[in-house]
Amino acid sequence: MLGITVVSHVPEIAAGVVQLLKQVAGDTPITFAGGTDDNRIGTSMEKITTAFTDNKADTILAFYDLGSAKMNLEMASELTDKEVHIYNVPLIEGAYVAASLVPTGATRTQIEEQLAPLTVKE
Amino acid sequence: MELTVEKYVQWMTNFTQLITTHKQELNDLDDAIGDGDHGSNMVRGMDAVTAALEPAPATLTDALKKTAMALISKVGGASGPLYGTAFLEMAKKSAATSDVGELLAAAAAGVMKRGGAQPGDKTMVDVWHVVVPQIQDDTLTEEAIQTAVDHTRDLVAHKGRASYLGERAKGHLDPGAVSTGYLFTSLLNVGVK
Repeated sequence: MLGITVVSHVPEIAAGVVQLLKQVAGDTPITFAGGTDDNRIGTSMEKITTAFTDNKADTILAFYDLGSAKMNLEMASELTDKEVHIYNVPLIEGAYVAASLVPTGATRTQIEEQLAPLTVKE
Repeated sequence: MELTVEKYVQWMTNFTQLITTHKQELNDLDDAIGDGDHGSNMVRGMDAVTAALEPAPATLTDALKKTAMALISKVGGASGPLYGTAFLEMAKKSAATSDVGELLAAAAAGVMKRGGAQPGDKTMVDVWHVVVPQIQDDTLTEEAIQTAVDHTRDLVAHKGRASYLGERAKGHLDPGAVSTGYLFTSLLNVGVK
């Protein structure tokens, strides 16, 4: 089963993107991690780890906003038992593509084909 | 040179002092080409490290691991995962050796992998990759650290928020390189190299 995790430097951005995704995501498990442990601007490996754990899916497609979010995502993905795939695409567009495709039964490979042209980050 | 728990705690205490003294300077440097909080972030992280090392852990591996976890969970900015990875890699390596040069070489490799930066990208890697070989052959001086830090001034950034500024980042030191300079200065201060 495929799930989605959204990571942003700002709690409200993470929650807001998820709100948008839910319009198209059907029953797709979506979790998010926004801000630092004390809700300052930044990201938290702990919050990301919790978002992975709370996600009902065993394979997670992860989307993030800026560079340090990716580093914390990578560290959290090294610590979890789940299979995590991190995409270097714009947060909103990328996550929206995934949220639209998961409920159609698309495979991860098919979703990644749609995500590939969106790649913007190194 | 062998790194003992005692020396390690002295090193971290000295690093915390340097970071605390230069908090505003690091914030100001970050304000010019980043988001202005590198000094505050590092002070918060090192305060957590100080608490984690009290009382002193029984083994070097333990001390390094506690340092890594404190930095990863408390720093918040990009320097959290980067410094955290450095100490985590040292913790892993410390199972096999307590030679400070070998530990720091593992840390430098971890930092480069985590951040994806190469020498010349105007990041802390510009200091790590110059200083670590000098620690390994026991030739490191404070002057060499300063030269490595100063070298970032005229570079264009290819990583982090400063990379969005293009040519405008020139003329500013990289704050992560400056704090990394303090990490190595404090190592010299406590007589480990």
